[in-house]
Amino acid sequence: MPRKYGGEYDVAVVGGGLLGSAIAWGLGRLGKTVAVLDEGDIAKRASRANFALVWVQSKGLGMPAYTGWTVRASQAWPKLAAALQQQTGLDVCLQQNGGFHLTLGDDEFAQRGQLVTRMHNQVGAADYRMEMMSASDVKKALPLIGPEVSGGSFCPFDGHVNSLRTFRAFHAGFKAFGIDYFPERPVSAITRNDSEFRLTTPGGEIRSEKVVLAAGNANQALAPMVGLFAPMGPTRGQIVVTERTMPFLPHPLTTIRQTDEGTVMIGDSKEDELDDRVLKHPISGVMADRAQRMFPHLARLNVVRSWAGIRVMPQDGFPIYDQSEAHPGAFVACCHSGVTLASNHAFDVARMVAGGALEPELVGAFSASRFGCEGATNNSGY
Amino acid sequence: MFRRSELDHRPSVQIFVDGAAVAAREGDTVSAALLASGRDVRRLTAVSGAPRLPYCMMGVCFDCLVTIDGVGNRQGCLVPVAEGMQVELQKGKREIGR
Repeated sequence: MPRKYGGEYDVAVVGGGLLGSAIAWGLGRLGKTVAVLDEGDIAKRASRANFALVWVQSKGLGMPAYTGWTVRASQAWPKLAAALQQQTGLDVCLQQNGGFHLTLGDDEFAQRGQLVTRMHNQVGAADYRMEMMSASDVKKALPLIGPEVSGGSFCPFDGHVNSLRTFRAFHAGFKAFGIDYFPERPVSAITRNDSEFRLTTPGGEIRSEKVVLAAGNANQALAPMVGLFAPMGPTRGQIVVTERTMPFLPHPLTTIRQTDEGTVMIGDSKEDELDDRVLKHPISGVMADRAQRMFPHLARLNVVRSWAGIRVMPQDGFPIYDQSEAHPGAFVACCHSGVTLASNHAFDVARMVAGGALEPELVGAFSASRFGCEGATNNSGY
Repeated sequence: MFRRSELDHRPSVQIFVDGAAVAAREGDTVSAALLASGRDVRRLTAVSGAPRLPYCMMGVCFDCLVTIDGVGNRQGCLVPVAEGMQVELQKGKREIGR
């Protein structure tokens, strides 16, 4: 029987994916007693299907505050990687030497240039130092690009990480911090008696002083139980993975990256389909075709895996961080970019939850109050 | 380690392993020819660099990966030898473009 089962925790975190794990780990680091209530292995889990970018460029068009939050996360990542390595011995292979978005043909180059200009012109946006580069300049950094590459944008804050190992490191950290992790415990109801939350799960009730909803797309159903609002609009993405090859890609791209162990990941499709058990091969075909036009050498590599995953996606694409007025001590956190923002979740959001209140100067813009009663349309803010 | 059966009368096929001539037999797979050659034919794995030899000989374990006629990561146990074939023991990951 788990050590604290049935007892009282400082915080119950609902959701053991990358977002919930980062917050729970951060709370454990601050000395809080924490229970993580998770689904099982068959959960639709973005933490195991993501593209692993720690990405800044192009995030935040339509919400300037998100640019600052993203840059902050990028800058805090080295501290997170170092803390995880020191605690668990796991190297999450963080690489932050800047990233590219490549364009094929003149039209795409012009469109990207317009996007960069719009990003620069946003009032209140953080300075990304994102710039357009000609094909000849791109070639100096990425010598193997093909003749169809017309150029692209570069941002020095961009990078990538081994996200599976990050996920594992958080869970290894749980043990070191004495955090109780409960798989197969989806939460079906949350009630509050006096100053205590009671969470109903198939394995029994968990009681806690505070509760953090970090259950991805399921937050939409959980949030109203504690007077919160979390409108979600999930999408599906597909990823193609090649066999391992010698390092040839010194910077990650929005759609192609080479992992620390040598595989090449090709991704970034976006569909409304929400079944993650089947692939649409025409979509994989388009992704692979574009990838080999960017890097013709890729055409010779064998594809070894391909999968579809469901993105966690707030309805307007931007994160939601909110606290309940009706039930003080209840918080909700939703975001698409659980990898990029992991550092902020581990350090900032955990600190705010431990302190009992969100800090408006950091996350005030991400309140679900922005949706009003009607909700907003998805403008692909991620 | 491995020795050809005296009852094996198949015609000889010459292949080259890292540039050195090796006598194989018609119908050998590349992996069988390498194992029978008496040479050190260990490859190095892609991530940890551990030395490996062909293991399952039936296309499952991928421990026979080898560069054949300039193409990396071929499964040596699934490719029959051919006269003049150039085989290179693969040390680590496949190179991009070959």
